[in-house]
Amino acid sequence: MQRRRTVAFLAGAGALAVLSLALPPLFGQPRPNGAPQFAAGYRAPRIADGHPDLNGIWQAMVTANWDLQDHEAKAGPHNELVGAYGAQPAGQGIVEGGEIPYKPDALAKKNTRFENRLKVDVSSDKTWHDLGDPEMKCYMPGVPRATYMPFPFQIVQGTSPYILMAYEFTSATRIIRMDWKQQAPTDSWMGWSRGRWDGDTLVVDVTGQREETWFDRAGDYHSDALHVVERYTPVSPYHMVYEATIEDPNVFTRPWKISFPLYRRMEKNVQLLEFKCVPFTEELLFGKFIKQAAR
Amino acid sequence: MRNRIFALIAALVVVVGVGLVVPAAGQAPKTYNPPKTPWGDPDLQGVWNDATSTPLQRPGNVGVGVLNDEEAEEFQKSLAHDLTRDRRDGGNAADVNRAYNEHWMDARRLKITADKRTSLIVDPPDGRIPPLVQASPERQKVQAARAAGAARFAAGLPDHYTDMSWPVRCVVRTDVPPYLPTIYNNDFQIFQSPGYVTIAPEMIHSARIIPVDGRPHLNKGLKQWLGDTRGHWEGSTLVVETTNFRADEGVLFQGANPATFTITERFTRVAPDAINYEFTVADPSTWTKPWTALIPWNKVDPAEQMFEYACHEDNFDIVHFLTGARLREKNGETVGQQRPARAGEER
Repeated sequence: MQRRRTVAFLAGAGALAVLSLALPPLFGQPRPNGAPQFAAGYRAPRIADGHPDLNGIWQAMVTANWDLQDHEAKAGPHNELVGAYGAQPAGQGIVEGGEIPYKPDALAKKNTRFENRLKVDVSSDKTWHDLGDPEMKCYMPGVPRATYMPFPFQIVQGTSPYILMAYEFTSATRIIRMDWKQQAPTDSWMGWSRGRWDGDTLVVDVTGQREETWFDRAGDYHSDALHVVERYTPVSPYHMVYEATIEDPNVFTRPWKISFPLYRRMEKNVQLLEFKCVPFTEELLFGKFIKQAAR
Repeated sequence: MRNRIFALIAALVVVVGVGLVVPAAGQAPKTYNPPKTPWGDPDLQGVWNDATSTPLQRPGNVGVGVLNDEEAEEFQKSLAHDLTRDRRDGGNAADVNRAYNEHWMDARRLKITADKRTSLIVDPPDGRIPPLVQASPERQKVQAARAAGAARFAAGLPDHYTDMSWPVRCVVRTDVPPYLPTIYNNDFQIFQSPGYVTIAPEMIHSARIIPVDGRPHLNKGLKQWLGDTRGHWEGSTLVVETTNFRADEGVLFQGANPATFTITERFTRVAPDAINYEFTVADPSTWTKPWTALIPWNKVDPAEQMFEYACHEDNFDIVHFLTGARLREKNGETVGQQRPARAGEER
């Protein structure tokens, strides 16, 4: 009797362990590290076609745009001019397991990119995209970086086969084509996004991204073989859990995952504003080519 | 040849008389009831294309607003001849300037509107932009500075990146209202969700998210290059008002004054595959009276998908224009020695 109960208990524990492996980390099960919890079993409101309604303006609160991994507070670039403006906040990483699994040579390249993150040379095609964080140059950020930049984005979801994601940063957009067969016709900055519903979760498969986008200001990068699978799961009227599995055999030894909550922007009459940042970076990019007398 | 066609048209006008009038702008045929979204708004969704060869303003030697079949065919042929990039006349220089051949162009821009109008402008009835008003001394100064920059750019001698137009700098492109047809990337995708209509113009990858829930505009002091847009439904027509344009000069059509410019746009689905896009602009410090244009938007085959239009990310032109100018300076060239305008230069 005693033994049978123990076996039953072990079997139950085993099933739980298997279940907890299958569950996303931010909800359903208590997280060992004490992160915020969401109650399991939330059922989102529906739109007319019966799918969960993800419409709204959303924003991440993590500091992953500085560094996907754990990072200390640091002085920002040119602090001799701007003091504490632009300093890096400390932040807890969003990478599952803590470390991005770089191949050794790829890790060296990441470090080089970080060292060169503030350098710009658009005088030749060779250096145009090799130097400088694309965010600094106001280039479209790609996926998943667009999701955790310190800017809101809006999900426009109706009942057509398209969901639009509109980002405030550089007014970037991407169209998510639902249940779509066609592969990316060619590479683009925001990639080719195809969606499907997995229960209450919007799953987006992103391919065809240009290799020039970065993941963060720390130089984390990918190649043109990048494959991202995103999961947007509503967990309360005001939160979604965002998860992305990142795969790129040219750069990483295995697929890896990030996750964090997205917060609904609740201000009265809040709307996406314009952050067309090209004029804010033109002097940096093109200033050295202007007429001396015009300086 | 072209003159002969217009002479023919003019002659026909005399024969036919001036009984032809422009159809009332924006009025949908009463027989068509557009489908509704599940939440009850008229359904404008899809990918639409606004390319046409019908010019914004009626050419000076065309006397009528609407042509008959025969005139329309001649008009279309003449315009297509002028517009095509696969022409090989005019000598080597002209040919080099047509380096972007028809392959790069929107072929739909070689056809006139299905209603055979001779101008996109429907009001004033002469199909022309009303005369400009005399600018204030301050605005004259600003306009002169911009004109000087544009002249340096046209001469291949830009001093500064701000000598180039906002579209060349990839700050705005055809996403500034009013939406006007151009040589390529004339697609607009409309998305609808409860409380919103969203228009994504292909150039440049921005989304105009239009609340139709009656909320107020942004406060007057918060301005944007594309302005701040609110919409409401009048019957099956989406009526869109845009305000709060940034003060920067040269973004708005014809250098209109952002402080006094107003625009109302109307989107009416008039057939399963057609939207009438009508806009009225007014600016008492630019035009002597408001004017209105009607541009048909035609539905694009669903197999033809809109694709990302990146601009700034690979805008090598800016570097080439500026470094070219510095070399020309070294060679002693000045703005007086202008190179011929390029066929492909936009705005």
